[in-house]
Amino acid sequence: MQSNFDQASCAIELKHMTKAFGDFKANNDINLKIKKGQIHALLGENGAGKSTMMNVLSGLYQPTSGDVFVNGEKVAMTSSKDANNLGIGMVHQHFMLVDDFTVIENIVLGAEPTKAAGILNLKQARQKIMDLSEKYHLEIDPDAKVRDISVGMQQRVEILKLLYRDANILIFDEPTAVLTPSEITELMAIMKEMVQEGKSIILITHKLDEIKEVADECTVIRRGQIIGSVLVKNSSEQQLADMMVGREVSFKTDKTKSKPGEAVLKIENLSVKDSQKVERVKNLSFNVRAGEVLGIAGVDGNGQSELVQAISGLEKSSSGSITLDNQNITNLKVRKVTEAGLGHIPEDRQRFGLILPMTVSENIALQSYYCKPDSAHGVLKYNYMNEHARHLIEQFDIRTSSEKSETGALSGGNQQKVIIAREVERNPKLLIAANPTRGLDVGAIEYIHKRLVDQRDKGNGVLLVSFSLDEILNVSDRILVMHNGENMGIVEASRTSEQELGLMMAGTPLDKIKKSKRKVADK
Amino acid sequence: MNTMTILMTIVSTTLIYASPLIFTSLGGTFSERGGIVNVGLEGIMVIGAFASTVFSISFNETFGAATPWLALIVGGICGLLFSIVHAVATVNLRANHIISGTVLNMLAPAAAVFLTKVIYDGKGQTPIIQQNMSTTDIPLLSKIPVIGDIFFSNTLVIGWIGILLAFASWWVLYKTRFGLRLRSVGENPEAADTLGISVYKMRYSAVLISGMLGGIGGAIMSQAITLNYNVSTIAGQGFMALAAMIFGKWNPIGAMFAALFFGFAQSLSIVGAYIPIISGWNDVVFKVAPYLITIVVLAFFIGKSTAPKADGETFIKSK
Repeated sequence: MQSNFDQASCAIELKHMTKAFGDFKANNDINLKIKKGQIHALLGENGAGKSTMMNVLSGLYQPTSGDVFVNGEKVAMTSSKDANNLGIGMVHQHFMLVDDFTVIENIVLGAEPTKAAGILNLKQARQKIMDLSEKYHLEIDPDAKVRDISVGMQQRVEILKLLYRDANILIFDEPTAVLTPSEITELMAIMKEMVQEGKSIILITHKLDEIKEVADECTVIRRGQIIGSVLVKNSSEQQLADMMVGREVSFKTDKTKSKPGEAVLKIENLSVKDSQKVERVKNLSFNVRAGEVLGIAGVDGNGQSELVQAISGLEKSSSGSITLDNQNITNLKVRKVTEAGLGHIPEDRQRFGLILPMTVSENIALQSYYCKPDSAHGVLKYNYMNEHARHLIEQFDIRTSSEKSETGALSGGNQQKVIIAREVERNPKLLIAANPTRGLDVGAIEYIHKRLVDQRDKGNGVLLVSFSLDEILNVSDRILVMHNGENMGIVEASRTSEQELGLMMAGTPLDKIKKSKRKVADK
Repeated sequence: MNTMTILMTIVSTTLIYASPLIFTSLGGTFSERGGIVNVGLEGIMVIGAFASTVFSISFNETFGAATPWLALIVGGICGLLFSIVHAVATVNLRANHIISGTVLNMLAPAAAVFLTKVIYDGKGQTPIIQQNMSTTDIPLLSKIPVIGDIFFSNTLVIGWIGILLAFASWWVLYKTRFGLRLRSVGENPEAADTLGISVYKMRYSAVLISGMLGGIGGAIMSQAITLNYNVSTIAGQGFMALAAMIFGKWNPIGAMFAALFFGFAQSLSIVGAYIPIISGWNDVVFKVAPYLITIVVLAFFIGKSTAPKADGETFIKSK
C-alpha cells in the first residue's frame, strides 16, 4: 500500500531494504514511509523483525541491501553517532542508562558541554535540560541517581536524552512494557505533544489499544516482511490483530463450562514470610478443584508471588498446610513437590523458567534429566533428549531453527512455549501459571490461554495468577482476589464484574460488598 | 626514643611503604572504573621495578641526581607498554580479565629474572643502584612547627606526589568529560555505545593508564625501598594495591587512604619494635601483618563495596 506524496514530507523512507544475518533475512525488501509530524506505529509479533529495522534506522546495523532516506536525502549511517547527527534517536526497550550516574550526567553523556581542557560544564547543560523538561512536561529530578528513580522517570530521562541532542525523529521500542497504567497515559500525552511540535515518532508495540489511541498510521510487519500500512482511524483492533498474526485472532478463549471434581490443591491457613521476615501471605485458605481454572487476581505485590513460591517449594511457609493430590507437600523440597504432581510456569521465565545459554532440548529435559529415559546411570542420553525435544517442538509449535539452538535466541513467546511444553507434557495434577502472558503478543497470548484451558479439560487443576483482569476473567472459572496477603473472597467468573473485582483488589472483602448491596436492595 | 621520634618514624616509613601502593591502586581504579579488571598489576609492578633498576644502573653517571626520577618515568612507560598485552587480550580478543591478568603475573617475574641473568652475567639479582630515591625535607612545609617535623621532614617526596595525584585522579574521573566517559564504559558499555562513545578506545585508555601508574608504583619499590631488583622486590604489593582499591570503594581518594593504611601495616616490620605495647612481639608477626590485614580487610569489605557494574564484562559491539 503505497501512497504518493512529496518525498520531502517523509521523515524516513526505506526502499527495498533487506537486512540478513547469514542466511536468515530478518528484514526482507522493506518499503516504508514515515511522514513528518505523525506517530507511525509499527506492529508485529515478537521476533517479526521490528527491532532489526529500528536498529538499522538508529545506525547500529547496516542494511545488507537497499536504501535509507532521511528527510528526502539518501544516507549511509555506520554508527549511532551518524543517526544522532541526522536527528534520529531511539528510546530502547531496555533503557540505556548508567545506574550510577545522575540524571543530568546520563542526559549529557556523549555530548557533554565543556569548558577549556575537557572540564565538564554541567551548569550550562542543566539550563537546557530543565527548559526541555518544562516544555514537554517531562518531570525529572536532575540530581538523583538513575538507580534511585522510578521506571517512569527513567523513561523520561531517555526521552530527554534524545531531545537534548535535538532529535526530530524519535523511535520508541515497546515503551509501555514496563510502565504502570497512569504512566502509560502520561507517555501517550507526551508523545502527542511532541508530534504537535513537529517531531516525528515511530512507535513499536504489540499493544493494539495504544495504537488506536495515539497513532496516525500503522504498518504491520510479519516474518521480516511488510504486510501493509493502514490509517489507524479507518481500522479496528480486530483488523490490526488479524493482519499481525496472519489469521483471525480471537480475544475470547473458547471454553465449555467447567466440570469440577475433587480438590487437587488444598491450602489451609497458610502464612508465608519473605526474606525480611515480613508476613506476605496471611492465613490463606482455598481449594483448586480438578477440572477448573482458579484465577488469583490482585495488584502486584499483594503476596501472590510468595504464595506461588510456597506452593512450589521455593519458599518455606511459616504456618498452615498445603495438600496436593492428597499428599501433604508443606515445605517439601522442590523436586518432591514436582514429583507429587505440580507443574509450574514461573513469573519470570528468563530467571526461573529457563537456562538461557542452554539448548532447547536441554531446557525441556530440566524436570526429568535425572531419570530414565533422559539418562541412565548418571549419563545423559542426548539422542533420546533431542528426539523428545523435536517431538515437543512440533506438538507445541515452538519456532526455533533446531532443538539444539540456544534458548536465549528464541523470542519471548517461544521461550514461554518451551516452558509450557516441559510442564504440560508431564500432565501435572496442578499447573500453576504466574503471569504467563506478560510481554507477549496477541497470537502467543491466545495460544497460551488455550493450553491452560486444555489442561483443565483433561481433568487437572489450574491455578492462574495474573495482574491482568482481562486475562483472569477470560480464562478462569472461579476467581480469588488477594489483597495484602489475605483472601478477599472467591467469586464465579461468570457472575462477577470488573467493578466487583476492582473493589476487592482495593481491599474490600466480598461479604462486605454483598452486605452493602443487600442494604441498597432493602432500601 | 621519645614519642615525637616514634611518631616521625611511623609517618615517614608508612609513607615510604605506601607510595608504591598509592600509585598502583590509582592505576587499578582507573582500569576498573573503565570496566577492565586488572589483577595483572603485580606483574606490571615487576616490569616497572625491573626496567627502572636497569635504567638507573646503566645511566646514573649520565643523569646524576635526576636518575631516580627518570627511572620512575622509564618504569611507567615500560608498565604501560606491558599493559598493552592485557588491553589487547581483554578488549579486542575478549579474554577473561582474570586469566589475562594472571598471564601478566606469571610472565613478568620470569621475564625479569631471565633478563637479569642475561644482562648481569648469570646473577639472580641486579647490583645495588647508586642513585636511590631517598627521604628529604620538603622546603617551607618542613618549617611548620610540630606538623612540619612529623609530616614533612625526612620524608619521601614521591609519596606526597602520590597523595596529590589521588585528588587529581578523583577530579579527572568525576569532573571531566574524559572521566565521565571512562566511568560510563565501566558501568554500562552498551549505553555508552548508543551515545557514540567508543567503548574500545575508552577501555584502552583505562588499561594503559593503569599500566603506567602500576609501572611507576613498581619503580618506586626498587628506587626507594629494595634498591635493586630481585625476585622478592615485588612480593604481593600489586595484590595489596588491588585490595586498597576495593577497600577504597573504587574511589581514588579512598584507594589512597587504604594504601596508606596498608603502608602502615607494612611499616610495622620496621617500626613495630619501637612502638611500646607491641614492641615485645615476635618479628614474624610484623612480617606477616600486612598480608594478614589485607586478607581480613578484603574478607570484610569485598562484599559491601560495590564494583562498577560492568567491571570484568566483555563488550561486544554488534554489527
